Amino acid sequence: MAENALNDKVIVCGIDVGSTQTKGILLNSEKEIVEKVLIPTGANVQKAAENAFEELLKKTGLTRSDIKYTVGTGYGRYKVTFGNTQITEISCHAKGAHFVFPNTRTVIDMGGQDTKAIRVGEKGEVIDFSMNDKCAAGTGRFLAACADVADCSLDEIGPLSLKGEKPARLTSVCTVFVESEIMSYLAKGEKLENILAGVHRAIAARTVSLVRRVGVVPEVTFTGGVSKNIGMVRALEETLGLKLNVSPLSHFMGAIGAALFALERALGREV
Amino acid sequence: MYFAGIDVGSGRTKVVICNEKGDVTGKSMRKTHANFKKLVEETFEEAIAQNGIKREDIKYIISTGLGRYSVPFRDFQVTELTAGGFAAKNLFPETKCVLDIGAQSTRAYKVDEKGIVRHFKVNDKCAAGSGSFIVKAAKYLEIKLEDVGRLSLYSQDPVPISSICAVLAESEIINHITEGKKVEDIIRGIHDSLSDRAISLLKSVGIEEEITFIGGVAVQDGMVASLQEKLGKKINVPDDPEFTVAYGAALLAKRRFLKLSEAKV
Repeated sequence: MAENALNDKVIVCGIDVGSTQTKGILLNSEKEIVEKVLIPTGANVQKAAENAFEELLKKTGLTRSDIKYTVGTGYGRYKVTFGNTQITEISCHAKGAHFVFPNTRTVIDMGGQDTKAIRVGEKGEVIDFSMNDKCAAGTGRFLAACADVADCSLDEIGPLSLKGEKPARLTSVCTVFVESEIMSYLAKGEKLENILAGVHRAIAARTVSLVRRVGVVPEVTFTGGVSKNIGMVRALEETLGLKLNVSPLSHFMGAIGAALFALERALGREV
Repeated sequence: MYFAGIDVGSGRTKVVICNEKGDVTGKSMRKTHANFKKLVEETFEEAIAQNGIKREDIKYIISTGLGRYSVPFRDFQVTELTAGGFAAKNLFPETKCVLDIGAQSTRAYKVDEKGIVRHFKVNDKCAAGSGSFIVKAAKYLEIKLEDVGRLSLYSQDPVPISSICAVLAESEIINHITEGKKVEDIIRGIHDSLSDRAISLLKSVGIEEEITFIGGVAVQDGMVASLQEKLGKKINVPDDPEFTVAYGAALLAKRRFLKLSEAKV
């Protein structure tokens, strides 16, 4: 990161403790990203939050007292015990998405264990949202299970799915059943890329029905860990009939939003 | 004269052979795998070999279950509801409701005085409430599936499980383990959660006594105990409830064969 970014007097922190991964962001008063970290959450949620924070300090050579304000978000936000306050990941994803893509009006957040659709106002405020945290379909857990059965890595299934010319039809999007369905397709000699194309298409259809509940208003920004999956990006774009905003920072959107809230609190004004 | 019922389920494939009195003379069960042809052939051969029955002695074969169309040598096929209802009525003549929990689906249905299905509800869209929820849970708890049903009976203080999804339940179960909760209490919590889902399915068809509980999950004593406690009434569970549907198919094979022979005469 730029060295002068560190010379700022006001450095704030956003920690997004997700079900699967914990993300940390340091921001200066110019809203420049000073540093970012990504670590697995694991079983000890509090420890994950601590470790992410320590890692940020270590990478920048800063001390705890240098961080003016810290906001915790994500499902484990109440375990960010060193934080000054906690804000829901829905508000943080909206704010982060608005910051990176200012014309964002809809956010699709697909995380490790849940999926959310958020309607966002002109200032990045939350207007409405709907969420699925009851069923693993469409979450990172679902894709990890598919990758497992297909015997490839999580990073491979998206690109592979794009090569599928005849997407296979799935009868269910249940993570448990999809495992056996993939296996039986493979046993029948179906091409893996066609199976994966079918999987991504089925999940996109399900996710879009969640998004329709809040209304699809462009621009649509895709956030969360699943946004790194190019197959899911394309499948969603095809189903929605529009382009999605995706950035290398999409995975960090919640943490960026949290850090922006932290900056507002530290400076005592909107940023 | 012998008759066969072949139940190709999503988890296990079961074969029951019965004689003309309806007594079971052979049965076998294998894990269902993708090569249906081989699977069905082998399970069938195993069942008939038990009593030295020859293949030509089997007069009529009815297949049932998810893979009922994958039995090339069948004479006829029926749904697992038709077979299960017929068997339940035969084993427990006062049966009005049947609950069948298998590996991938849960079925609740009402039968009339002849054992014919009159009204049914099925959940086969997701693993919640099915046997695969228990299979997954056993994996997370690192215990054998055979031990699950018995362990549950030792629970003193069941841990409520709020996750409906079999996959998302993993983190909840792991949290309970790290908090030091006892395995038997977690399992009973899982059985209670499956019971709740099964009972709401039963309610949607209308609960009427007597209730007969069949399918692979019915072998678990803890599940039976949980259902009885929540329903506040006793339920019928046949011996070897995972074979009940195949048995029903065998009985229907016998009935159909005798009817067809009568018609010929």
